[in-house]
Amino acid sequence: MGSYIIKRIAVGIVTIFLVATITFFLMYLVPGGPFLSEKSPSKQTIEALERKYGLDKPVYIQYLNYMKGLIKFDLGPSLKMRGREVVDIIKTRFPISAKLGGLAMLLAICIGIPMGIFSAINRGKWFDNIVMVICTFGIAVPGFVVATVLMYFFGVTLHILPTRGLDSPAHYILPVTALAFYPTAYISRLMRSSMLDVLGQDYMRTAKAKGLSQFKSLFKHALRNAVLPIITYLGPALAYILTGSLVVEKIFTIPGLGRQFVSSITDRDYPLIMGLTIFLAFLLITMNVIVDIVYKIIDPRIKLK
Amino acid sequence: MAEKTKELTGKKYPLSFHLDVSDFLPAEESEKQSAVVMRESISFWKDGLRRLRKNKLAMTSLAVLIIIMIFAFIVPEIYPYSYEQQIRGSENLGIMKYSTQELERKANGEFVFPHILGTDSLGRDYAVRLMMGSRISLIVGIIASLIILLIGSTYGAVSGYFGGKIDLIMMRIVDIIYTVPDILIIILLSVTLKFPLEYLAENVAGFKWINTVGVGLISIFIVFSLLYWVGMARIVRGQILSLKEQDFVTAAKALGAPHSRIIKKHLLTNCISTLFVTTTLQIPSSIFTESFLSFLGMGVNAPMPSLGSLAADALSGIETYPHRLFLPAVAISLIILSFNLLGDGLRDAFDPKLKN
Amino acid sequence: MSKVLLDIRNLKVSFFTPAGEVKAVNDVSFSINEGDVLGIVGESGSGKSVTAYSIMGLIPFPGKIVGGTIDFNGHRINDMTEKELRSMRGNEVSIIFQDPMTSLNPVYTIGNQIKEVILLHTNLNRKQANERAIELLKLVGINEPEKRMKQYPHELSGGMRQRVMIAIALACEPKLLIADEPTTALDVTIQAQIMELMTELKNKINMAIILITHDLGIVSRMCEKIIVMYGGKIMEQGTIDDIFYNPKHEYTKGLLRSIPKLTAKEHEKLIPIEGTPVDMLNPPAGCPFAPRCKKCMKICLKKMPEYTKISDTHYSACWLLQKEEYEKSTGVIKGE
Repeated sequence: MGSYIIKRIAVGIVTIFLVATITFFLMYLVPGGPFLSEKSPSKQTIEALERKYGLDKPVYIQYLNYMKGLIKFDLGPSLKMRGREVVDIIKTRFPISAKLGGLAMLLAICIGIPMGIFSAINRGKWFDNIVMVICTFGIAVPGFVVATVLMYFFGVTLHILPTRGLDSPAHYILPVTALAFYPTAYISRLMRSSMLDVLGQDYMRTAKAKGLSQFKSLFKHALRNAVLPIITYLGPALAYILTGSLVVEKIFTIPGLGRQFVSSITDRDYPLIMGLTIFLAFLLITMNVIVDIVYKIIDPRIKLK
Repeated sequence: MAEKTKELTGKKYPLSFHLDVSDFLPAEESEKQSAVVMRESISFWKDGLRRLRKNKLAMTSLAVLIIIMIFAFIVPEIYPYSYEQQIRGSENLGIMKYSTQELERKANGEFVFPHILGTDSLGRDYAVRLMMGSRISLIVGIIASLIILLIGSTYGAVSGYFGGKIDLIMMRIVDIIYTVPDILIIILLSVTLKFPLEYLAENVAGFKWINTVGVGLISIFIVFSLLYWVGMARIVRGQILSLKEQDFVTAAKALGAPHSRIIKKHLLTNCISTLFVTTTLQIPSSIFTESFLSFLGMGVNAPMPSLGSLAADALSGIETYPHRLFLPAVAISLIILSFNLLGDGLRDAFDPKLKN
Repeated sequence: MSKVLLDIRNLKVSFFTPAGEVKAVNDVSFSINEGDVLGIVGESGSGKSVTAYSIMGLIPFPGKIVGGTIDFNGHRINDMTEKELRSMRGNEVSIIFQDPMTSLNPVYTIGNQIKEVILLHTNLNRKQANERAIELLKLVGINEPEKRMKQYPHELSGGMRQRVMIAIALACEPKLLIADEPTTALDVTIQAQIMELMTELKNKINMAIILITHDLGIVSRMCEKIIVMYGGKIMEQGTIDDIFYNPKHEYTKGLLRSIPKLTAKEHEKLIPIEGTPVDMLNPPAGCPFAPRCKKCMKICLKKMPEYTKISDTHYSACWLLQKEEYEKSTGVIKGE
C-alpha cells in the first residue's frame, strides 16, 4: 500500500509537470501579450512591464524560472491584479468555491444514493419510473439552464431568494441547488444500474438462501458492492465541483475560483491561468489517488500495483 | 376395421374413449417438425430496428429531432429575415410585436412578416436566430462526434489489435489525456487556437473558408477532436481485445490477410453497433460542451448565434425578456434529451451488452 | 419406513417474461423421506433448478408458483409468511449453488460469511460462532481454518470455495440440503472430492439431499431415487436400479446411451439425443420430448400421457407404455 501511494504520487508529479509544460507553451503561442489591452500603453511602459515580469527573456529561461518556482509552490505574480501572488488568489478564492461545491456534492450524495437504491428495489414500479424521468432530465439539461431557470423563478419572479453573492446562508440555496442538480441525477442513475447489477449476482441469492432479511442483505451484501462505481465517479467529480463551476459562479456573481478562471483567460493573465490549471490538475490527481485507496478498502479483490 | 376397434376399445379400456387407434401410428417427420415452433430467424439489423420501433420513447425523440432539424436547416433558408440582419427601430420587440415603422408599412397595405418571437437588442429577428442557434448546436454535435468516431475508433483499434508494448504506450497516452482537466484545456485551447486560425484565414490563400465557417466553430472542432476521442478509443480497444481472440480472426491471419484488412473487415465490422451507439450518445455530450463554451463567451463568433450564446446574451435582460432566455434553454435541453433517449433506445436495440 | 420430509404435489412455476409465460415447471409431484438422497436429472432448462428453488422460496423475478403445494416437515411452504420462510432458509433447508466462484460475496471474509448464518439462526454469541465456524471449516476438510477465516473468497480456489459454501449450508445442520449442480464448475478430480465429502457429511448428520445435476455418473454414485425431468415435466422416476437397468422412457434411454461406459466394447459409439431442447416459450402440446423422440407417435404430439406404474417405486410418462399396457390387457392394437 505504502509503496503504491509513493508510486502514485510520483506519477502525479510527472503529470502535473506535463500539464504545466503544455499550458506554458500554449500560453506562449498566443499572440498578443497581456498588456495590450491596457489603455494605450506606450512602448516603454510595455517593455518596462515585460522586464519586471521577466517576459523579455528567451522562452526557455522563462520556462525554467517558472518550473523552479513551481517546485517551491510559487506560482508567480498575477499580471492583472498587481501586487498579488497567484497562490494568494487561490487561497482566498478556493474556500468559497470549495464550500459551495462541497455542499452541493453532499446534497447530491444524500439524495442520489437513496434514490438510486429505492429505484432499483422497486424496479419498473411508479417510483422507479418517476426517478428515471427526473434523472434523464437532470442529465440532459445543461447547468446554465438549471441555474438561470432557478434564478428567474426564485430570485426574479418570486423574490424569495437572493441571487447575487454569498452574504447569508440563504444566498447558498440557489447556487448549491443548481450545482447539485447534475450530480444528483447522475449518482441516482449510476446507483440504480449498479444496484440492479449487484442484485442479480449469485451472492445475493446466497444471502437470501441463508435466511437474511431483505433489509440486511441489501445493506450488508449489496450496498458495499454497488457503491464502487459511485466512488470512481466521485473522485474527479469532486475535484471539478470544488474548484468552482464556471457557469454557476458567473450567473450568481460569486467570487470563486471558477469565475476567476474565466476572467484570467479573457485578461490573458498567463501566470494565473497556469496556476489555476495546475491547481486543478493537482486536485484531480489527489482525488484519484484517494479514490484508489478507498476502492481498495471496500473491495479486497483490488490489488494496487 | 378401425371403427370397430374404436368401439371395442371404448368399452373395454376406461381411458380410451377419447383415444384413436390411428393416434398410435408413428408420427411423420413433418408432424414432429411442426410441433417445434421455430422462431423465425431475422437479421441482426432487422431485429434491432424492430426493437427500436417498439421503443416509444426513442421513436418520439427521433420525431422531435427531425422536427428540430427541419426548423434548424430548412426554415431559415426560406425565412424572410436573416440571423444577422439588424432592423433599425425594431430593437427589443416583444413576441408578435411590430415597430412603429413596420406598423406604418402595414397601414400602407404592405405585408410585414411578424416577429414571431420578437427581436433582440440589436433589432435582429429572434425566431431566426433561435433556429440558426439550433443549427450551430446540431452541426457541432454531429460533426464533432464524427471526428471523435474517426480518431477514437482508429486509435482504439490499432492499440487493441497490436497489443503488447504498442498498446501499453498508446493507452498511457490516453490515460494522461484522461487526467488532464478537460474543461480547462478546452477553454485554453479554444482561446489559443483562435489567433492562429484567424491568421491563417486572413493571410494564407487556401484558408479563406475558415472565416465563412467561423474561427470559433473550427477551434471547437479541433479541441473536441484532440481531447474527446479518448473515451471512444477505450471502448473500441476493449471490444477489439476480446474480438481478436476469436477464431475467425485467427483464420483470417492464417490465410495471410494483411493487418489493415483484418482490422477493417473483421474487427471494426464486428463492433459497428457499439460504434454506432457510442457515436449517437457522443452527440449530446458534444452539444452540451459547445453550449457551455458559448455560454461563457468562448464558442462561436458574433453575429453567429449558438443556443449557449443566445442564453448568455439574454441573461442581462432576464427581468424584461425572460423568453429570450427560456427559448434557447428549452431548445438545448430538448435537443440533448432527445439525443440521449434516442441513443439509449439504439443501445437497447442494437447493443444490449453495452448497458452498464 | 422413515417419515416423509418433503412432499411436492402438482407444482407449477411460471416465468412471466415480456415475450410470454414460460412454464418452467409444469405439474411436478414427488416426495422425499428423511435422510434420503434424491437425484434430479435433466438438461439445462428442464426445470430442475426452478423446482429446487421453489422449495426455498427463491424463485427469481419474474417467476411465480402458479399451482400445487409444497409441504416440508409438516408445514405448507406456500402458506408461509416471509418471516417464516426466512427462519427456515439456511436453517432447516440449505442450498449449495452451481458456481462457487460467484456465490460468495467478494467483499467479506470467509469467516464473516459463515458466522453470519450461525448468528442468524442460533443463539450462539460471536465467540462461540467463531469456534463453530472453525469447526465447520475443519469438517469440510479445509486446512488451517483459523487462517482461512480471515481470507477473502478470491484468495481461495474453486474447490475450496465450494467447501466453504457447503460449510455455510451445513452450519445449522439442516434437514434438507439442496445441491444445485454442486460440481459442474469444478475440475473432475475436485468433483470427486466434493461428492465424497457430501456423502460423508450426509452420514454424519442425518439429512436428506436433493442433488440436481445433468451428470448421470454422479447420480449413480450417491442417490437412492432419481427423477428425470424434461421440458418442465417429470418423464420418469424410480430407484437407481429402475432407472439404470430398466429405463422405460425414451428420454431416459437416450440419456443413458449418451454417457460413456467403462464396460463398453471397443469402438462402441456414444449415441447423442438428436434435435434441440424444447423451446419453453412455445412448448409442444403433447409430450415435450416428442419432437426429438425416435419412436414418436401421432398422439405424443397432441397429449401428455399419464404416468404408468411399472413398480411401486418406478413411474414413467410415455404413450408407448400406455400402449403396451393396453395391448397386454386387450391385444387389439397389435394387429394394426
